Amino acid sequence: MSATDRADFAAIAAWIPRGASVLDLGCGDGSLLRYLKEARAVRGYGVEISDLDIVSCIANGVNVIQNDLDAGLSDFENGAFDFVILSQTLQATRHTEPLIQEMLRVGREGIVSFPNFGYWRSRLDVLLGNMPVSRELPYQWYDTPNVHLCTLNDFENFCRTYCVSVTARRVMTGGREVGWLPNLLGSTAVYRFQRGV
Amino acid sequence: MGTSVGIVSAQRASFDTPLVFRSGAVLSGYQLLYETYGALNADKSNAILICHALSGHHHVAGFYADEPKNIGWWDNMVGPGKPIDTDKFFVIGLNNLGGCHGSTGPSSINPETGKPYGASFPVITVEDWVESQARLADRLGIGCFAAVVGGSLGGMQALQWSLAYPDRVRHVLSIASAPRLTAQNIAFNDVARNAILTDPDFHGGDYYQHGVVPTRGLRLARMLGHITYLSDDAMADKFGRELRTEQYNYGYEVEFQIESYLRYQGDKFAAYFDANTYLLMTKALDYFDPAQDCGGDLNRAFARAKAGFLVISFTTDWRFSPQRSREIIRPLLHNKRPVSYAEITSTHGHDSFLMEHPHYFDVVRAYLDRVSCEVSA
Repeated sequence: MSATDRADFAAIAAWIPRGASVLDLGCGDGSLLRYLKEARAVRGYGVEISDLDIVSCIANGVNVIQNDLDAGLSDFENGAFDFVILSQTLQATRHTEPLIQEMLRVGREGIVSFPNFGYWRSRLDVLLGNMPVSRELPYQWYDTPNVHLCTLNDFENFCRTYCVSVTARRVMTGGREVGWLPNLLGSTAVYRFQRGV
Repeated sequence: MGTSVGIVSAQRASFDTPLVFRSGAVLSGYQLLYETYGALNADKSNAILICHALSGHHHVAGFYADEPKNIGWWDNMVGPGKPIDTDKFFVIGLNNLGGCHGSTGPSSINPETGKPYGASFPVITVEDWVESQARLADRLGIGCFAAVVGGSLGGMQALQWSLAYPDRVRHVLSIASAPRLTAQNIAFNDVARNAILTDPDFHGGDYYQHGVVPTRGLRLARMLGHITYLSDDAMADKFGRELRTEQYNYGYEVEFQIESYLRYQGDKFAAYFDANTYLLMTKALDYFDPAQDCGGDLNRAFARAKAGFLVISFTTDWRFSPQRSREIIRPLLHNKRPVSYAEITSTHGHDSFLMEHPHYFDVVRAYLDRVSCEVSA
């Protein structure tokens, strides 16, 4: 795991109280859950679709349920978790809006992290006539799983439109906090949110 | 990967404490045939129990010295270096009570009458099996299993272990199973039973005295079962519309390859399996419902489980579909039990659980590696 991943994980962990129950959507090999288990003694489950990742999760001692996120979260009950996390997966979900609603159905709070498409390097790439390829967006246009890329502004507008209330935000570049012009200077964003009133 | 456990031999355990069945029937004594592979560790914490499905038995792995071709039914899964690794675990396979491979069953002689039990053998349930298995565990000095593992009907026994003896099983592996059968599944079982019950050679279950066996009924039951164990695609791939002869004969003889295959499977099975055992097994499947005493609520039923669970299903299994496995997961999630679930992409239908499949085996191996670290820590 790189220092940048650590920073992302640390930002998420900072919001989670010890012993909380957590559902990690698109949990990959389970490293975030494992990190949260060690750092915050959380209990919880991961949801993942990839066969290889299922084996890695099990080997990592992480409970994992094989499921397609775009099929919804029907195995999970209302309010079953303190937090539902979608870490670096938002941009790859097809039915993004229903999924965010599902997150707030099964969890009291949601946390998402995603690569900011408004980051200046991405903007520059597009300005120069190419789709961005970077550490955060490592795919070529023709093989990317990312179908719903967005900027910080886009996500915040989305939240306003769908009555999702953002309670905290961290913006980072290379593991360092970005305070000034976040939508331009931040490469990764982490949001904490709950159902709006 | 992995090698065979090599030459094995079956052992027999006799029990003379009466077993009271869920139905209220009592069996005054009985015998269980079992095999073991690997070595029990000093604190007896590395034992794994393998529960068999409808037609299985105690011969899970390895082969017999005098029958080198008689290889255990799960030999690809169980052995040194295999997913259920006998270098790490002490593995027990048994023939369930009511079976026809050496444990006391309908074809055994009832010591009280000197005749085969036949129709008088009590209808047995998954709960009764687990009770008899617990007595075998007592006999072997095993207080708590590292894992109880089973596919299909065997998975139901594994689940029942976690409910009947929450403190005697650390992990449950439920493969291609269900918490309870659906109407469709019971319907299939009923057709199979009817094939046997209406065979003129059945004689109300006491065919042994008449020197006949209800071969036709058993054969039909197996043919029907076999169809439901395969997937549509697997059948299409293997047989398609292939004919045995050049052209249609416009008659009722075997023409399509699939017909020939099913008859062969039916004949093979009817030659060695006992029809009464088949009836008992299908009834045990139908009756199993852990929520029966909890108003139908599986969430309440699983509240007493303490084990960790690995649930596995196969995409093309329609007899015990992935949906049925999800019905196992949900009450476990509700009760905040540790559970992992893998849905294996396989073309072989329900039979997938018996077949070698790299991803399926990796999942079982990864899970049991963790269990092994846990029990040896």
